[in-house]
Amino acid sequence: MNSTIISQKKENQTSFFIKEKSKQYALKAASYFVLILTSLAVLVPFLWMLSASIKLDNDVFEFPVRWIPENPRWENYKEIWEILPFSIFYKNTAILAVTITVLSLITSSLAAYAFSKIKFPGRNAIFICYIGTIAVPFQVYMIPQFIMMRKLNLTDTLLSLILLQSFSAFGVFLFRQFFISIPEELSESARMDGLSEFGIYLRIILPLAKPAIATLTIFQFVFVWNNFLEPLVYLTSTDKKTLQLGIRMFMTQYTADYALIMAATVVSLIPVVILFFSMQRFFIEGIATTGIKG
Amino acid sequence: MEAVKSISHRSSKRNSLERRNTLRAYAFLLPNFIGFLIFTLIPVVCAMLLSFVEWDSANPMVFVGLKNYARILKDETFMISFWNTLYYTIGTVPLTMVCSLVIALVLNNKLKGIKFFRAAFFFPYIVSMVAVAVVWNMIFHPTMGPVNSFLMALGIENPPGWTASVEWAMPAIIFASVWRQMGYFMVMYLAGLQGIPRELYEAAVVDGANSWQKFKNITLPMLTPTSFFVSVMCVINGFKIFDMVAVMTEGGPGRATNVLVLHIYNQAFLQMKFGYAAAVSMVLLVLVLSITVIQFKGEQKWVNYM
Repeated sequence: MNSTIISQKKENQTSFFIKEKSKQYALKAASYFVLILTSLAVLVPFLWMLSASIKLDNDVFEFPVRWIPENPRWENYKEIWEILPFSIFYKNTAILAVTITVLSLITSSLAAYAFSKIKFPGRNAIFICYIGTIAVPFQVYMIPQFIMMRKLNLTDTLLSLILLQSFSAFGVFLFRQFFISIPEELSESARMDGLSEFGIYLRIILPLAKPAIATLTIFQFVFVWNNFLEPLVYLTSTDKKTLQLGIRMFMTQYTADYALIMAATVVSLIPVVILFFSMQRFFIEGIATTGIKG
Repeated sequence: MEAVKSISHRSSKRNSLERRNTLRAYAFLLPNFIGFLIFTLIPVVCAMLLSFVEWDSANPMVFVGLKNYARILKDETFMISFWNTLYYTIGTVPLTMVCSLVIALVLNNKLKGIKFFRAAFFFPYIVSMVAVAVVWNMIFHPTMGPVNSFLMALGIENPPGWTASVEWAMPAIIFASVWRQMGYFMVMYLAGLQGIPRELYEAAVVDGANSWQKFKNITLPMLTPTSFFVSVMCVINGFKIFDMVAVMTEGGPGRATNVLVLHIYNQAFLQMKFGYAAAVSMVLLVLVLSITVIQFKGEQKWVNYM
């Protein structure tokens, strides 16, 4: 009597599990279907851009869309370097992105070390100033910044943008959050061993902070590479302009040549895309944990 | 006597240690702080002061008190920009939140290839706003763009003019913005979802809850901290919208997509009305801050912290 109940129960349970299993399969299949469809929809503009970039200008808007043109026009990618000083734009953008990223890595990790590992009077007050400015939209203080730069005769120089962006409060915040998670005992015992404060920063803390370094590198590089408003305000002469300004220039000067605009856009994306795919993990984890930069 | 001596000795030692620590801290702080002070902190304070003067950079500055603020109230373009910014924000925030949550929920089903999909959805976010705006501008082209070609192929005779029409320019910008930023917030939702303890779902299954009940009674409430953060970020981003509009429509047609930051930019750098533009930027600051404060006030009502 007892055993039949148990076996019946078992049977019920297995059928329940089988039902659950098949339900799970159905759910998985449905999920894949939705994912493939939506990710395609998300990527379609890029595919369209890629295909337009190797078309004759007349064929860009042909409908139905021919995704792979019969005679791909690779010359588009050569022409963009000839029509506009595209290589100068590229060089300017690279100078800005690399310099600003390196400088902000150095200055903000140093400052974050002071905020997290050394006790000194006024520490909290100064840190609150940093946090406070993160909350203030950049557009609020861009006008005084611009006036200051003009007083210093630095408008229309790359240096102006380097000065404005290399002392990132966001970077300080990001490094500090990471440094306080590193146990105090580590630096304490290094201090006992006679390592100087700078030695502790360089040899102990920085090697442990690789994820934070990677995160800030990507954030800052991508931000500077894609930045539009500040270059638009500061850089006026053609030989100082960045890629983003160059593309907009392309649009206004060659409104008709859509294929070339698309080729230029594709080329402008390459460094950021490479960086993204090689350091994707840090990027996405960085957002999940800090989620500050909008 | 000896003891007293040793204590005073120790405290002076501690004092000198403290002083040395302070010096060291300042040395670490200095490279960043000098730049931060000059190029961020002082300009933030100056923005406030600048809003009380009239200045076109050619003539000397004149203190005008609250005149700039009074002028804002009578400025028709400001009002239009304000409503457009609000329209944009109200349009993007819920759409972005729903889309990113739905994608995160689907991605959270322990599927193979999740990394590929995650990267695909995230991809638009790393692409510059200028590039995104250029592509969408062409896709939304009123006469030749693929969107309208598709609509016409479906038999719709007068498809919307998108960026060339007063009614449809803003929806087009909202659509492109949601498309661009949903991957970013999806990552946050994904992190939130992964933080929900599995036991809760297991307990719910034992109690006989169906998927919808699980979603409504476990997932959504457990995600409220993430949703709160996402909504704050989204609203702030909404009020700061500039790049997309500047490249896609330049505020047009007419003033149909003129937003606050574009108004600030035009007033300051094209019209050279620095004082007035600073006043408008202070209004932007107050708007952003007060909305954030309101959101934080409402936080206790709907956000659950474990």
